Amino acid sequence: MPNLTVLDLLKIKEDTQVFLEAPGITTLLICGGTGCHATGGKSVKEALENEIQAKGLGQKARIVETGCNGFCAMGPIMVVQPGGIFYQKIKPEDIPELVDHQLIQGKPLERLLYKDPASKKTVVSQHDIPFFAHQMPLALRNKGIINPEVIEHYIARDGYMGAAKALLEMDKEDIVEQVRLSGLRGRGGAGFPTGVKWDFASKSPGDVKYVLCNADEGDPGAFMDRSILEADPHAVLEGMIIASKAINSHQGYIYARTEYPLAIRRLEIAIGQARNYGLLGQNILGSGHDFDIEIYQGAGAFVCGEETALMRSIEGKRGMPRPRPPFPAIQGLWEKPTILNNVETLANIPQIIIRGGAWYGGIGTETSKGTKVFALSGDINNIGLVEVPMGTSLRTIIYDVGGGIPNKKKFKAVQLGGPSGGCVPEAHLDTLVDYEAIAKVGAIMGSGGAIVMDENTCMVDMARFFMDFIQDESCGKCTPCREGTRRLLEILIKICDGKGEPEDLNNLETLSAMIKDASLCGLGQTAPNPVLSTLRYFRDEYEAHIHEKRCPAKRCVALLKFEINPDICTACGSCFRSCPAEAIEWQKKQPARINRDKCIKCMTCFEKCKFDAIF
Amino acid sequence: MNSSVSEASLELDYRELDRIIEEDYQNDKENLIMILQAIQKTYNYLPKPALSYLAVKIGVPVSQIYGVATFYSTFSLEPRGRNIISICLGTACHVRGGDRIHETLVDQLQVHDGQTTSDNRFTLESVRCIGCCSLGPVIKVNEDMHGRLKQDEIQSILSRYE
Repeated sequence: MPNLTVLDLLKIKEDTQVFLEAPGITTLLICGGTGCHATGGKSVKEALENEIQAKGLGQKARIVETGCNGFCAMGPIMVVQPGGIFYQKIKPEDIPELVDHQLIQGKPLERLLYKDPASKKTVVSQHDIPFFAHQMPLALRNKGIINPEVIEHYIARDGYMGAAKALLEMDKEDIVEQVRLSGLRGRGGAGFPTGVKWDFASKSPGDVKYVLCNADEGDPGAFMDRSILEADPHAVLEGMIIASKAINSHQGYIYARTEYPLAIRRLEIAIGQARNYGLLGQNILGSGHDFDIEIYQGAGAFVCGEETALMRSIEGKRGMPRPRPPFPAIQGLWEKPTILNNVETLANIPQIIIRGGAWYGGIGTETSKGTKVFALSGDINNIGLVEVPMGTSLRTIIYDVGGGIPNKKKFKAVQLGGPSGGCVPEAHLDTLVDYEAIAKVGAIMGSGGAIVMDENTCMVDMARFFMDFIQDESCGKCTPCREGTRRLLEILIKICDGKGEPEDLNNLETLSAMIKDASLCGLGQTAPNPVLSTLRYFRDEYEAHIHEKRCPAKRCVALLKFEINPDICTACGSCFRSCPAEAIEWQKKQPARINRDKCIKCMTCFEKCKFDAIF
Repeated sequence: MNSSVSEASLELDYRELDRIIEEDYQNDKENLIMILQAIQKTYNYLPKPALSYLAVKIGVPVSQIYGVATFYSTFSLEPRGRNIISICLGTACHVRGGDRIHETLVDQLQVHDGQTTSDNRFTLESVRCIGCCSLGPVIKVNEDMHGRLKQDEIQSILSRYE
């Protein structure tokens, strides 16, 4: 197939729009993200296909499997267009009734619609659901709308128009200038201005340069990049094509986690389609510019999210960081000038080129422009993927978008930035989403993982959890990180086991400061953050563990007495029935008792007791 | 562990190895990690004789290949069971009680992380976040996700895998 020209591209756009928006056809957008797949989305889609065929509705309805819709808590999800009717938690056995209501009678099936937990009202349209109403999708503009496996769907939504403009109408200085003007900063965590990075690499001498995409999303609790790759892989490819022109590179690599098979499959499909249309390869759109992309699968090492480690890994070596300078923009992959951008950063680029840097720079705060995608999870009602303009308050994200804390529990903290980040307590919930504002309260913007924790979370245990992660993932090259994180972990385990001593808190702080100062790469330099930030806001919990040998959140097993408070116990017997060790004595209308000789401390009764009577 | 027994009886198909190393990856040492991934896909783990053979083919010392194979958590130098259970110990799963699910698995299978049951039915691995935070706590058995897990559901899930 010969390379497309811009006219061909516009023709495809027009034809696909006509096809997709044909009057009289109902489009059923089924979410095909990992979350909905896991809750049975595939069998829902099959049932729907069969039912439509059986009822002879093939001319009236079209099924489109999209990427992640974002409202993962409600999966499997289907949105019906026109009307944006949002169906949730669909089961295959619901399909005949759903098809009958929606496609034959033409009215929504009420029992599968969203019900607002606050007002108890049924909401028909996706736009009216609070979860979506506060969002501003830019990086995720195609999520839940297009089929990520069909390039024409992407083209119909202005796809590859940014690349066309960059390749045919702009020189590399213009591109760098527009990106600089947009104020876009790296979405992987560090927040370095993208335009400045591109400018360095663009001016760096050399004929061979590389454009890399960091899709090694390793922060636990972060799934933004996975969702973008699953929902809109072409946006990332287009961002890379534009970057390649800006720095004059002809080869790109996407370094993707092997744990994300669906994202990798969709990327492979997208690259194949782009090559087929000549949007990757030689003489793209007749511009004379050559660029191609290969996928490189990571093999499971968190440190490979660090740029120099990632490059070593692509070279087939152990992924260990090296000191900078020289910076990758001067000497990167195979010692050639290289830029590395995160998935979300690249997904923003096409729109910046189409609409101009000034447009993007008009959104957000003084120093943080555009939007940020967060993966909202943990103890929160509306778990899912959200994209809000910079400058939105954390409170809005947690209560308006996220719908607050389930089971009438109290909010305790939100953890931002994963193992490199920190937690933000209730007192600072009005902090705005802004790189500097978040850093000021002791957390980092990070890649966008936002894990909400309720009152039952022990903050010492959380610090121990992150330190366990970090010391396991430390590559071992530099001593402060390798040995220091291990010592921090030992102290935290000791405290959680009830063996903490008063000097432990000082030791944690001194050691943390040393690790921050002396570690080689970002992993070590930020490793103590979860400890420091929990010490800053929840010192009383540490003190309770050490001085009173008590875990206020009742999470640290070694500090629990395994007794039942007879004043709180309602004598419901659920602990008695669930105990696998037969250690609970109970009779009707009598408070239960735990026989500590038999108790194996498995915590089953804790989880079953709805009244917090066990301590 | 019975790795030495199964390794002695393992017959390597050198034509298959040649196909991976020569055809798919052009004897290029810079493709080392991808070659290892392909070998692991074929054998379910990285057999030592295959690594020695690879070292000669691409001109990289075995020590260096061993260094790479042990650096990345995806690689296993020991044979693995017919079914791989990955328990997610990421933050969201941790907050929602993933460690209890982990304990239950260790209890029921009588193996620790990275080990295989004596009947070769299951290998237990813990992973750090598989990006399914909306479903926490999560386990992945082979390619199937099982989310929003409770301890008492584990047994019936495992019984589906032979």
